[in-house]
Amino acid sequence: MCAGFAPRTLFDKIWDDHVVERLEDGTCILYIDRHLVHEVTSPQAFEGLRLAGRRVRRPDATVAVVDHNVPTSDRSQPIEEADSRLQIETLEKNVAEFGVPYFPLLSASQGIVHVVGPEQGISLPGMTIVCGDSHTSTHGALGSLAFGIGTSEVEHVLATQTLLQKPAKNMRVRVEGAVGPGVTAKDIMLAIIGHIGTAGGTGHVIEFAGSAIRGLDMAGRMTLCNMSIEAGAKAGLVAPDETTFAYVKGRRFAPKGDDFEQACAYWRSLASDDGAVFDREVVLRAEDIVPSVTWGTSPQDVLPIDGVVPTPAEYKDPAQAAQVQRALDYMGLTAGQKIAGTKVDVVFIGSCTNSRLEDLRAAATVVKDRHVAENVRAMIVPGSGLVKQAAEAEGLDRIFLDAGFEWREAGCSMCLGMNPDRLTPQQRCASTSNRNFEGRQGPDGRTHLCSPAMAAAAAVTGELCDVRALMGLMSGSNAVREAV
Amino acid sequence: MDKFTELTAIAAPMPNENIDTDQIIPARFLKTIQRTGLGRSAFAAQRYDADGNEKPDFVLNQEPYRQAEILITYDNLGCGSSREHAPWALLDFGFRCVIAPSFADIFFNNCFKNGILPIRFPREICDLLMADARQGANARLTVNLAEQVVIRPDGEKIPFEVDPFRKHLLIEGLDDIGQTLAHDQKITRFESGEKRSWVPSVDMGAGQ
Ligand code: SF4
Repeated sequence: MCAGFAPRTLFDKIWDDHVVERLEDGTCILYIDRHLVHEVTSPQAFEGLRLAGRRVRRPDATVAVVDHNVPTSDRSQPIEEADSRLQIETLEKNVAEFGVPYFPLLSASQGIVHVVGPEQGISLPGMTIVCGDSHTSTHGALGSLAFGIGTSEVEHVLATQTLLQKPAKNMRVRVEGAVGPGVTAKDIMLAIIGHIGTAGGTGHVIEFAGSAIRGLDMAGRMTLCNMSIEAGAKAGLVAPDETTFAYVKGRRFAPKGDDFEQACAYWRSLASDDGAVFDREVVLRAEDIVPSVTWGTSPQDVLPIDGVVPTPAEYKDPAQAAQVQRALDYMGLTAGQKIAGTKVDVVFIGSCTNSRLEDLRAAATVVKDRHVAENVRAMIVPGSGLVKQAAEAEGLDRIFLDAGFEWREAGCSMCLGMNPDRLTPQQRCASTSNRNFEGRQGPDGRTHLCSPAMAAAAAVTGELCDVRALMGLMSGSNAVREAV
Repeated sequence: MDKFTELTAIAAPMPNENIDTDQIIPARFLKTIQRTGLGRSAFAAQRYDADGNEKPDFVLNQEPYRQAEILITYDNLGCGSSREHAPWALLDFGFRCVIAPSFADIFFNNCFKNGILPIRFPREICDLLMADARQGANARLTVNLAEQVVIRPDGEKIPFEVDPFRKHLLIEGLDDIGQTLAHDQKITRFESGEKRSWVPSVDMGAGQ
């Protein structure tokens, strides 16, 4: 892409500043500033290096952490599942052999890679950031170009600190106005995905903009960018601003002193220019967004909490109707039923979407002075050891424990059930994670995606319900209807 | 990586949209530290019952589709997680070519890097190929990468697009890393560029 005088987008600017070389057919050799590594998608990449006699080109731009497989129970015990243990041990061997910085299991800095990166100041605005994990898009909240790659590309970055890439198209999603009380970043993102569909962003990088986005704190922006991949996008971005700089300042690996000021000056220059052209633009009104849940097995199967589950007969395309029927059968729901009132068995508050301190605070506000409903298993899995410590310092652990929640160690946990935290068949879960695919949280498990506040409300009432009614946040006729 | 030139094979019809990578290879099989051996677990949830027995109504449990090397689906194939285990599982099962109206980006890329050719065709053409595939062993498809055509059982040739660079690597069976390392000096020059002075190193000794 040419860095001329034409107005450029945030994505264009970051891209242009990282092109090492443009090959004949338009493929670029793109320099990568940060490479995050976890145990699941890296073993074959390190093995590839070893077989080819290659080294890690920039260990000082690489950071490894274990998260997907780790037990979230007592860490002083050995890891029971042999294949999980093997992946963790393999990563430990690899980081030692190749000199890669590593946050070990027993360190407080350990956690989900997409929580750890921003928290440590490893992920910074204006950077290119990759990880063998699709939710790398999370880091775009800082105003960086962050995206997931496959294991072959992990090996490519380890060996060359670059990737072969073609520029994505630009898309902007603007959310204007202010959301009502009880409506969170998760609801905004579910609304966006419900609106554009899980393939709506394919081939694009989405810049999230508009007053509702500017008003989000960094945790909210991370929730938003995290699920860009659920909208099919290559990455999500929010332009770095004073909220971003305040967040970054003082973090362990962030620039300090004059370097920080210099960096801020550069980061400020990255915002999309006036008149920059987006290939696609979508605008949503914040006022229209309400607390939402998914009913089906794709993140685009979104409903406002007062909505009803679709009826296959309403679809003209028979393939679509069949797909809806299949999702209903899988989820154990009846066409046309209200989604509110659906009983849940499990509540999972965690994952790289919603496991930061702000998320736990939001859940604790709902849980305080209440108790988990009978027959519900409710668990809190903080995103990192540091999140856990900070929450404990505020006494959030007591609120959750007193209410009957499990208070666990950091990791991916029931987001994808690679560790022992899994749904059993047909168990129904209100989950703050990002994917409700068939079997995602355990074979034949049923997932309803929602915000931490909504998940907390489901935990204490035992069913999917409107957190606003529970918290007395609703006014007008709606509130009366919901409250009865 | 094996070269890809021409392939004449049985195609398996999977007329579904949004076949995600969790379906292609469920998370519990990601604990391997190898690239091979995942074919057995491809589409595990649809392919096996709770006791591990094959479900007879699933297409890949039927003859001749056990020998399929081409997979035909509808929109948004490979959405979801970036796990390269998905193309590894497909490859290990025997697939060398996947055809769909649209693909998720990461999966699309990952296919090329493992010697699988992903082809985008409009839905109408996928419908035709889906119908061919339903005829089983009597209706093999031929995929000729050099000429960029898929040849239907009746001889009709349908041209497809492919990125020239990807095509070159597939036909030659080359991996990307060697190609990129030929630009090593440029990478080094870029790394020391002035614009990058603000980028800190990850120094584990710092800031504790
Ligand atoms: S928390 Fe879930 S989505 Fe996030 S990295 Fe872990 S497994 Fe992936």
